[in-house]
Amino acid sequence: MIVGEQKPLEEIWEMVKPYKKVLVFGCNTCVAVCHSGGNKEAEILASLLRIKAKQEQVEMEIKNSGIERQCEHEFYEPVTEELNWADLVLSTACGVGVQFTAEKLATTPVFPALNTTFMGAVDAPGVFTERCQGCGQCILAITGGICPVSRCAKRLLNGPCGGSSNGKCEINKDVDCAWQLIVDRLAALGRLDDYEKLTPIKDWSNERSGGPRKMVREDLQQ
Amino acid sequence: MSEKTPSKLEKILRQGHLAVTSECGPPRGSDPEVIREKAEMIKDYVDAINITDNQTAMTRMCSLASCIHLKLMGLEPVLQMVTRDRNRIAMQSDILGAASFDIYNILCLSGDHQSFGDCPTGQNVHDIDSMQLIQTVRLMRDEGKFLGGDEIARPPRMFVGAAANPFADPFEIRVPRLAKKVAAGVEFIQTQCIYNLDRFEEWMKRIRDRGLHEKVFILAGLTPMKSAGMARYMKNRVPGMDVPDEIVKRLSDTPKEKQAEEGIKICIESIQRLKEVEGVSGFHIMAIEWEEKVPEIVRQAGLYPRPSL
Ligand code: SF4
Ligand code: SF4
Repeated sequence: MIVGEQKPLEEIWEMVKPYKKVLVFGCNTCVAVCHSGGNKEAEILASLLRIKAKQEQVEMEIKNSGIERQCEHEFYEPVTEELNWADLVLSTACGVGVQFTAEKLATTPVFPALNTTFMGAVDAPGVFTERCQGCGQCILAITGGICPVSRCAKRLLNGPCGGSSNGKCEINKDVDCAWQLIVDRLAALGRLDDYEKLTPIKDWSNERSGGPRKMVREDLQQ
Repeated sequence: MSEKTPSKLEKILRQGHLAVTSECGPPRGSDPEVIREKAEMIKDYVDAINITDNQTAMTRMCSLASCIHLKLMGLEPVLQMVTRDRNRIAMQSDILGAASFDIYNILCLSGDHQSFGDCPTGQNVHDIDSMQLIQTVRLMRDEGKFLGGDEIARPPRMFVGAAANPFADPFEIRVPRLAKKVAAGVEFIQTQCIYNLDRFEEWMKRIRDRGLHEKVFILAGLTPMKSAGMARYMKNRVPGMDVPDEIVKRLSDTPKEKQAEEGIKICIESIQRLKEVEGVSGFHIMAIEWEEKVPEIVRQAGLYPRPSL
């Protein structure tokens, strides 16, 4: 899922304070799982902003709403009225949802309440870690199922670097070295010999470098 | 094995001499005198001089320009190149630029993470990794081709090196990792600083067991300690560095004003011992901001005079 983290309230306040009718707009899928931007979090954020507005003696009306997913057309219909009411929509979705909402509102600004951080997993309650960067050409089959693109600080395809120490990455003792994990996993799979196979130079044209990506499934088009 | 490049370092190694290399870090400014002065101090005591490439991710004068300064002094530079800061276009282009000045040695590295340096908020590139950079230089040299497949007019002629850290983790792939670099086409290796000689010798034994010492020249890396404080710092703070307790103790037991001298002594003793290790083809002496000590180390370790070709 996509993980996001709410921006500091001060930063959000700076964005919203010039507006009079603010709709805090939740997205109840990925960012609800990480408790950052679901409909419940949108409600809490709206309350916090109301208190803030009062403290700062700024007149504004703040409402909250939300839908299942801000990245799909089908969920928007029931909230048309609320969206049209607002002179600012503060979306608590990931960056995709913020933009998708904005595309529906030609003259109303839509601002992000979150910093979209990564695609990751729920390691433990309250702990989220990155697993994939959507590089467009998955190599997990050759790296023992552990992704060096997202999990090695230097995205080395033939790691580790010389900084791997006691299983940890040179950048921080709290970060696992992806290549230690890869080597351990290859060993567990009885495939340590595969370590010596050179991973060829990667085609990065399938990731960000190649420009915005698009996938078309003709069988699903109407 | 006959030589594949005009590199003096390659010639010395292939003739069976113990080679000596050292390194100079470029200045954090544009004064070429800094690099010339450092080179001047050591030039008669080493066969080639590495120029580091923004080491520890601190922005400095570029390795290529510094190498050109050495070349203009008639010296033999080793161009260090990290994959952190440039993509494949920039690296191939810099390799050609270096080749246009007849720079004959290159050391392929991934580079320290930028969080250690003065631009922790910058991007890192890592379009290719150090293993793939080795392959790239070999392709450019041996097949005269760019990565894109086109022909290179006047291909680079470079002796291709890389680093190896016998002490890093995971332990079980230390030797396979070297084998992988050899398979990628590396011709010489300069190791991480060696303080734990027993562990290094164990690594060398495993290298010999696989016959890798016959496929690549291994230069043992050494850095003299200036003080007990430095030993402790290296032991505790530098990832992938193995400093045994007895080294720290030996320096701490020495009066402060004599610690530097003791550090040099340890370095010389290490060289003496490692000279006897089969498969060690030379020494890479990294006297960080202490270049003036290189001549003394080389002399006392019995590595002077350097072979003249
Ligand atoms: S290799 Fe690419 S697609 Fe596969 S997990 Fe890593 S970033 Fe994602
Ligand atoms: S220590 Fe491991 S994870 Fe960190 S940069 Fe090096 S190889 Fe990658």
